[in-house]
Amino acid sequence: MRVLVTAKEVLTVEDKFEVEETTIADQYLNRDLNEWDSYAVEEAVQLQEAGIVDEVVAVTIGPEECEETIRQVLAKGADRAVRIWDDSLEDVDLLDVGAKTEILSAVIEEEDPDLVLTGVQAGDDSFGATGVSVAEEIGYQWGAVVNHLEHDLEDAASVRRELEGGVEELTDIELPAVLTIQTGINEPRYASLRGIRQAQRKELDVKALADLDVDESVIESELELTDMYEPESESDVTTWEGSPEETAAELGDLLRDKGVAP
Amino acid sequence: MTDVLAVTDHRRGELRDVSYEIITAGRQLADETGGDLHLAVVSGTVNEFAEELNREGVDAIHTVDHGKEFNHDVYTQAITQLYDELAPQYVLAPNSVNGLDYAPAVATELELPIVTDTIDLETDGDTLIATREMYGGKVETTNELEGSAVVTIRGAEWPAAEGTGDASIETFDATIDEDAIGSTVNGFEEVGGGDVDISEADVLVSVGRGIEEEENLPIIEELADALDATVSSSRPIVDNGWLPKNRQVGQSGKVVTPDVYIAIGISGAVQHVAGMKGSDTIVAINTDPNAPIMDIADYAIVDDLFDVVPALTEEFQ
Ligand SMILES: Cc1cc2nc3c(=O)[nH]c(=O)nc-3n(C[C@H](O)[C@H](O)[C@H](O)COP(=O)(O)OP(=O)(O)OC[C@H]3O[C@@H](n4cnc5c(N)ncnc54)[C@H](O)[C@@H]3O)c2cc1C
Repeated sequence: MRVLVTAKEVLTVEDKFEVEETTIADQYLNRDLNEWDSYAVEEAVQLQEAGIVDEVVAVTIGPEECEETIRQVLAKGADRAVRIWDDSLEDVDLLDVGAKTEILSAVIEEEDPDLVLTGVQAGDDSFGATGVSVAEEIGYQWGAVVNHLEHDLEDAASVRRELEGGVEELTDIELPAVLTIQTGINEPRYASLRGIRQAQRKELDVKALADLDVDESVIESELELTDMYEPESESDVTTWEGSPEETAAELGDLLRDKGVAP
Repeated sequence: MTDVLAVTDHRRGELRDVSYEIITAGRQLADETGGDLHLAVVSGTVNEFAEELNREGVDAIHTVDHGKEFNHDVYTQAITQLYDELAPQYVLAPNSVNGLDYAPAVATELELPIVTDTIDLETDGDTLIATREMYGGKVETTNELEGSAVVTIRGAEWPAAEGTGDASIETFDATIDEDAIGSTVNGFEEVGGGDVDISEADVLVSVGRGIEEEENLPIIEELADALDATVSSSRPIVDNGWLPKNRQVGQSGKVVTPDVYIAIGISGAVQHVAGMKGSDTIVAINTDPNAPIMDIADYAIVDDLFDVVPALTEEFQ
């Protein structure tokens, strides 16, 4: 059985930052493996360690700079990786769900996995829609927001979907399927030194859109990002100033005034 | 004209709040160009639901009586067929866990763009301007879309529709292809009962990822002891297994309404805020003066929790 896992390098923003038109200025950005994807990667690797899965393939859409992040995924145990990039993607501010769907679907069709694991959402653009959209596009079954997967996959995946308010739905999903993975499903590992060494020798295949028979026009996202700004604060918060002792004393007084502290 | 088809949400026999909010959002969009607002109610006791949903501003309610509970294949088939029948400009769905389990499939099936988790919408009948957040709420963005689209709306951003409407209630005979249904729901389970009910607490000392390591949790517990308060947390603390699931505040955790909620090292992501915004007094302790939690906090200490929390504990010992 083959598992394909999508792994995205996301941008995270420092506490203080500046917006330049529709992006955040580069010096305020850091790069990291998407939090939700790291749980998807761990789940795939655990399936492999349990002997249920023969191969774990990681797929990313990203420029050369993201290879470090993808090597991390290989270091954690994925067998090989595919990175999709194209000059035409260079200047795209926001790759929308439709474009991601087209590109990832082409890879999935080529790899023909039994199971695809994606993160529930990406921490930067937070669409939360790509996994399900891909499933529909390629005719796989799917489940969104999965926080438990039984490791006895045969024809179906038994999962728990995490609904709102502490309720979980118990669902069987026929394979092949795409599952979008929620945090908390497992405990993502750190890459070991040995893993990091081995990752250097693992295959990291780079493909352009043409290699996947994907037309360049897919990147003309139908959704156009037109403005970005810091949200106007509606806050009328009272901020206490001073040393920790002083601010703690203010909070102490408040709690006493409210009668909730001794 | 901007006709809108808005899909409602229900679970275990009850309509969810967002079903009334989506009426307001849908009505607003339809009003901008004088279109009609259609509602879809799929599965469950659809006739009862339709009665309840018949609020001011709804033009028609289409019921699809198929199955008791949510199944994304049934929803996807029913909604794509309704779209073909009604040809609305926009399909609105809630950005709920179930909304995200069918809306992207509907968009793909209909070859429409999708924009998720919107917090504001505007249209001139052809171009949709959608406002949404990126980078965990640090920025807001506007996004434009031409033509028809599938749009999911964030809960609690639009007020719930009220009043009684005079919508027509119509049975929609969707042709559900049973062979295409690839998943079976076997049941539901409530998680995280256990020792403490944080929703009963008067004072919550709530800890987030700012605490960094499990070894640091005792400073939070000491504070809670000194205040005779209860410890709760944001999701990452529970995901890491540092606290049990019944301590998690938020969309997928518990809704709490204490007299005082002290958010320590918690950024205030929307899914967290969903669980605690009803607290009487909210105090944030955070190094980031621009963290989203500041928007709903009444009082704030912008400082390192490792300095402030022990000082506060000292106050009460
Ligand atoms: C479908 C779904 C459901 C979810 N459900 C929930 C839910 O029910 N509950 C929930 O909480 N989340 C939920 N989340 C996750 C949510 O999106 C956030 O990831 C999470 O709430 C972030 O937790 P946090 O604020 O503790 O961590 P972070 O966002 O990492 O914030 C940490 C904060 O600590 C501050 N900080 C760091 N160091 C210090 C210091 N030394 N002193 C003071 N402050 C410091 C930082 O400035 C930052 O603001 C859900 C997500 C999804 C997609």
